[in-house]
Amino acid sequence: MKPGPIRRFAATLLLVLAVSPLGPPGGAEERAGGPAIGEPLTAIPGDPARGRQVVRDTGKATCLICHAMPIPEEPDHGTIGPPLAGVARRATAGELRQRIVDATAINPATVMPPYFRADRLHRVLARHRGESIYTAQDVEDVVAYLLTLDGE
Amino acid sequence: MTRAGTRLFLTVVVAVVAAGGLVAQEARTPRSGSFYLSAETRRLQDDDFLNPGMFAVERGRELWRRAEGSAGKSCASCHEEASMRGVAARLPRYDAERRALVNLPLLINAMRVEHMGAPAYGYESDDMLALSAYVAHQSRGLPLRIEIDAGARPHFEAGKAYYFERRGQLNLACAQCHDDLAGAKLRGDTISQGQINGFPIYRLIWRSMASVHRMFEWCNTSLRAEPHAAGSPEYLALELYVAWRGNGLPIESPAVRR
Repeated sequence: MKPGPIRRFAATLLLVLAVSPLGPPGGAEERAGGPAIGEPLTAIPGDPARGRQVVRDTGKATCLICHAMPIPEEPDHGTIGPPLAGVARRATAGELRQRIVDATAINPATVMPPYFRADRLHRVLARHRGESIYTAQDVEDVVAYLLTLDGE
Repeated sequence: MTRAGTRLFLTVVVAVVAAGGLVAQEARTPRSGSFYLSAETRRLQDDDFLNPGMFAVERGRELWRRAEGSAGKSCASCHEEASMRGVAARLPRYDAERRALVNLPLLINAMRVEHMGAPAYGYESDDMLALSAYVAHQSRGLPLRIEIDAGARPHFEAGKAYYFERRGQLNLACAQCHDDLAGAKLRGDTISQGQINGFPIYRLIWRSMASVHRMFEWCNTSLRAEPHAAGSPEYLALELYVAWRGNGLPIESPAVRR
């Protein structure tokens, strides 16, 4: 679909709502929109099976801390971010990649940690200094996994 | 727009603004950590025969009466029994004589060194936690009354800045969770407002008593941020801001937390 003026207006409105404190917490079924990183970070295509492991990894700040995910074998999913079931219907690969790499590019006030950024951080623990939560391949694998979440 | 349309529009605007105000006010209402506890943990805290923190209070009562140091004195040599009611509700505060911010553990150590000729306790030692718990327990039920006077003001501003500053690999400020997301679930845990009216606490996952500063260290490290030392000026300033933010909450020491 060609992005007409109405759609552009709607996208702007959604962005404003998402950033505003009165906006909906999750954005429900709305399109994600906003900045995107269209190009993959690595030459190796993302592996969705490995991505599913990465998102559960407590050593990599598991997504489950904040998001409910269709991973029934894990207990106690968080309620802070939007549930990720069906996320592939709301966001493109590029939009997902941007959110994982550094969600502050979309909303400077977000609570979502930057998973692939190691600079502009304050007092990082010595043993983690200079490193990001994810590797570039982790990002690609997680994007590949999230793109499989196209159901309810 | 017709007159009815204008009226409807204005009504909606007023309603939205009022609702927004209520939401904002709700977010500002201080709630003790016990508000977010499971019923089971709450029962543990509320029953002095089950609350594990009461062992520390009892131990603190013994320490209060024990003479130590070159002066051959105990706390009880100078202070009457149970004379500490209200003290913990006003700490931290700026001490004009010492020209420094003081909290309960630092005051206890100052007394030991200056008046008893006894060695200072380790900040997170069992004895310090026990004596702090004994003293704080005497203020149970009294509202926090933290005063920000001219001497405290710069420390207050530093503590507030700390509270709102993102830190660590996870890039999070205290306020992002404890102001904006209290009540939400971090996996199985409910995020609290981070109020400190129940300290020192008995923490179930540590099976031990813990000071406010140990909790700050734990929080910082969870964000993969380099912690400051217990008793450091940074944590003292943060303690002042966080305690002030809870003004009016009743002292619950020794509280039980997950």
